[in-house]
Parts: sequence; C-alpha cells; structure tokens
Amino acid sequence: MSFPWANVYKPSHPFMQWMDEKLPLPRLVYNSLGAGYPVPRNLNYFWNFGVLAGVCLMIQILTGVILAMHYSVNADSAFASTEHIMRDVNWGWMLRYAHANGASAFFVVVYIHIFRGFFYGSYKAPREMIWLLGVTIFLLMMATAFMGYVLPWGQMSFWGTQVITGLFSAIPLVGDALHQWLLGGFAPDNAALNRFFSLHFLLPFVILGVVILHVWSLHIPGSSNPTGVDVKTESDTVPFHPYYTAKDGFGLGVFLLFYCGLLFFAPNALGHPDNYIPANPLQTPAHIVPEWYFWPYYAILRAFTQNILFIPAKLMGVLAMFSSILIWFFLPWLDRSPVRSGHFRPTFRKFYWVLLVDVAVLGWCGGAPAEEPYVMISQVAAIYYFLHFLVILPVVSSIERPDPLPFSITEAVLGKDDAAALGAAA
Amino acid sequence: MTEITSTDMLDPPVADGVRRRDFINIAAVSAAGVGALAVLVPLITQMEPSADVLAESSIDVDLAAIMPGQAIKKIFRKQPLFLRNLTTKEIAEADAVPVASLRDPQTLADRTKPGHTNWLITMGVCTHLGCVPLGTGQGEPRGEFGGYFCPCHGSQYDTAARIRKGPAPKNLAVPDYIFTTATTVKVG
Repeated sequence: MSFPWANVYKPSHPFMQWMDEKLPLPRLVYNSLGAGYPVPRNLNYFWNFGVLAGVCLMIQILTGVILAMHYSVNADSAFASTEHIMRDVNWGWMLRYAHANGASAFFVVVYIHIFRGFFYGSYKAPREMIWLLGVTIFLLMMATAFMGYVLPWGQMSFWGTQVITGLFSAIPLVGDALHQWLLGGFAPDNAALNRFFSLHFLLPFVILGVVILHVWSLHIPGSSNPTGVDVKTESDTVPFHPYYTAKDGFGLGVFLLFYCGLLFFAPNALGHPDNYIPANPLQTPAHIVPEWYFWPYYAILRAFTQNILFIPAKLMGVLAMFSSILIWFFLPWLDRSPVRSGHFRPTFRKFYWVLLVDVAVLGWCGGAPAEEPYVMISQVAAIYYFLHFLVILPVVSSIERPDPLPFSITEAVLGKDDAAALGAAA
Repeated sequence: MTEITSTDMLDPPVADGVRRRDFINIAAVSAAGVGALAVLVPLITQMEPSADVLAESSIDVDLAAIMPGQAIKKIFRKQPLFLRNLTTKEIAEADAVPVASLRDPQTLADRTKPGHTNWLITMGVCTHLGCVPLGTGQGEPRGEFGGYFCPCHGSQYDTAARIRKGPAPKNLAVPDYIFTTATTVKVG
C-alpha cells in the first residue's frame, strides 16, 4: 500500500493511543494525507488539482445542502423560491452564487485534472483503476450539474431539460417511451423537477463515495509524477505532510482568489440571462446553449446533420456525444506507449496540444449558434477528436521513439542520484 | 518532525531561536483561520429569519366589534394573538390579586395601555411548551381563574393572562403594540 520507508503513525498521547486501538481513524488520515504517505518529490502545480477538486465537491455539498433549506421543489414555486433565496434569505445571494459558480470552478479544476492525466499518462498501468473511477466521477458530475441547472426553473432550465431528456428519444424503438419515463410526463413539469431535485441531492454523495474509491486506488501505487518514472528509493519521495499540505494549501489560496473573483465580481458571467425568466413551455429562447462546461459535447451532438447509412442524424449525434466521453474508459489500452510522461514523448506531445486546441474549438462552436461556419468547424473538430483517440494515439504510441528517461526522480531533480548524499545528511 | 533537516538547512534559526519559516507558518495559518471563521458567518446567519419573514412582522387589528367579555384570535408573526375586551368584573378580579403572591408578579396595568385597561392583548402561546391556551372562543374552558386554560399540561391563566396554576413559568407575553385610534391597534 505504501513504500517501506513511510513514516509510521506513533500516537504519544494516551487518548490517541486508546483511540488508535478502538478506531484507527487518525492513523488512516496520517497514512493517506499526513506524514505517513510518501509522495514523489517532484510534483508540479498540476498535481494540486485533485485536492482542489475535493475542495470544490465540499463547497458544492455545503452550499447545496444550505440552498435546499430555502428552495421549494415545485414547478409553481421553484422560480420564486430561487428569487427568495437571492433577495430575502440572509446571505442567500452569496450562497447561491457560490453554488452556481462553484459548479463552474469545479469543472475548471476537473478539466485541468483530466488534461494533466492526458499529458502525463496518469491513466497508464498500474493506475488504470484510478482513471476509470475518475471518468466515472466526471460522468456523475455532468449528470449532477445538469440536474442542478434545472432547479431554478427558468427558461434555460426548462429548455435544457427538454433538450437533454430529448436526447434519449433518439434511441430506436424505446426512445419515446424512455423519454416519457424520464420526465414522468409529456414535457418537463413538476414530476421531472421533483425527481431531478432528489437525484441532484443524492448524486454528490455518490460522487463522494467514488472519490473515496478513487483516492483509495491512488494510494496503492502512490501518486504519479511529472517524469513518469517510478519511485525507486526514499530520496525520490517526501512525506505528504508538511510538503504537499503546504503546497496544496498555497494552491488552494490561489484557487480561492480565482473562485472568489468570479463569485463576487462576475457572478453571472458564466450564466445565461434567460434563466432569470420563469420557465415558459410555450416559448423557446432564441439562442439555447448549455453551460460552458458542456459546450464541446454539445458541438459534437450538433455536428451530425445528415443521416449516415440507415442511422438517423439525431441518433448519430447522441451516440457520438456519449462516445466522446465513454472513449476515455478505453484510454489506458488505446495508448500503448510504456512511457508515461509527455515530456519524453516528442510526437505524442505535439498531438496532445492539437487535441487541447481541438477541444477548445469544439467548446467555442458548442457555445455558438447552430449555423455556418460553426457547424462545419465542429464537424471537422469532432472527426479529429475521435481520430486522436482511435487512430493517432494507438499509432503514435506504437511507432514513436521516446526521449531517454532519467534514471530516477532524484536524478531528474538534482541532476544526479547519489542516494546516500541526502540520505546520510538526513 | 525531526526528519525535516533540509528545511533547517535552508532556513536556520537565528539567535532568538525564531525562524523566518515559523513566522510565515503562523501568519498563513492565522489568515486561513480568520478566513474560515468569516465564512461561518453567512453559513450560520442564513438560518435567521429571512427578509420576507421579517417584513410581515406587524399587523393592524380593528377592535370595534369585540364586546366586553369577548375575545378574538389573530395571527401575529405566524403565532396566535389573543385580543380580549375585559368586563368590569374581570378587571376587578385581576386588580384584587395581591401581586406579591404571583409567580410572575405583574399588575393588570403593567400588561395593558393607560386608558385602555379593558384591552388585554397577549400572545396565545403558553409559556410552558408553546401550546395555544383555550378561552378566546365562546364556550371554551377559561380555567379556575376565568382567563385562559392550556389543555396540553393544564396551565391556568387569570383575567390578566397571568400564570396562576400549572407548569407554565411566565405570564402570557404582551407584544409591543400601540393604539392608533380609540378602537384600532398596531401590533409589532
């Protein structure tokens, strides 16, 4: 579970010794987030984002539970109760903005976390399970975020529900029945709102459970690192506390500056004004788009405008959109290079940046109206997206000649790995 | 953590034994602590009554239709409010009680407005555990002292709504109110 040189938890206070015998929770914390967890000494700031994502989840659960104390789950009063939160509840405006922008901040953090994984090959053996659980968390996050956006029951909430549940009607044979079952009606209404609220409350705790599994599976091989080289000796690691608690603490401060900047100075910058109009089943907003974090997938959905053979365009778009994330589950086996870090993979590295640009382009198209040239650009970008995972990655990882790897993490940091040098001094 | 020698090398203790790192550590943790405490303020005060609840905190009541001996119930801040027009006999009964003998010593005059001593305006919330005492409606039991009777645990109030018998510790509370005209009051 850990390296043999890990610090051992030795409680000195009699109460802590008693506690350790009955319920070794302090020991668990010590071994997973404390001085008992040896971590590669060369982690850069991209390794802060796992902890930051955990902080975001906590912010969302805390503010969410509070908002649920003031929110009314009924199609007739949901919009009014949201305004009640904004105007009447003490600090309600701040708590709601903290929750809405917290979702955006959560996605920013998680996207960086995911793209960190893409670049440094964090999904590769022996860390496949961490990756699979991570993708599961991301899918749960998307479902939770979508259902949360429904709750204010404004125009975007309503029409977002209509469109997203409409995706399921694309499924052959059972689609319409499934659509009706999801909504509990013919169109979004009270039944849909109530079940979305219930699930929106439940799923964050499911996410928390999967996060615990994610961290558990991380602690078996230990954290990866920017060189991708395995930990060899004690000099390759430092204890998580105080080294990474301090580094994560600093990163948290920087994150909070960004988050509070958004929250207090531009709380509606990422929202849609139309959602301040009560839901109206008789009128669709002129320009309907999801929240920014769904734009790339939305662009892929809309990229399919023609039937392909016998498959209707509508079904094709839905399949492609879901596949664009489900494909991540196969990433550990699509990328066959034994070298983890992009630093030592000159060809992969170039395609990594192309993919990053491609996803940004998809995002830009997804937020734009469904008209030319955006549709054509998103078609090209969507094709490239799948090419990257299905063709470029397997081929590059087979033919690429990686740069020489450092002998060890210590050598990468100090230029030489005379393990005794630091070991003797310590 | 005796193992941390590399930091000691980078930041050796000065003469008084205080390192720069100690200052940074204490300053950072203190700032984080103050921030965490500040965050608690909105998280706690959000449960205080919201603006819409506070906004309905006063009501106007027209007393003209209440005959001597009658009482009515109104809702004030989501709670029952008793407004009672005392008869001369009830006023005399209330004034006859030696104040020192009361559990919560108050005179009728303390609990009414000058010139309006026949108007007994109190909360209809038993000071024991919050039930609504009987005695406003016609035919309801008014207890041994002719005021109000709480059916939950048997508290008995007299014609000045003072606690006389039973478990309640205090007299029925008198809210803030003023007579806006001879027959109308503004409560709250």
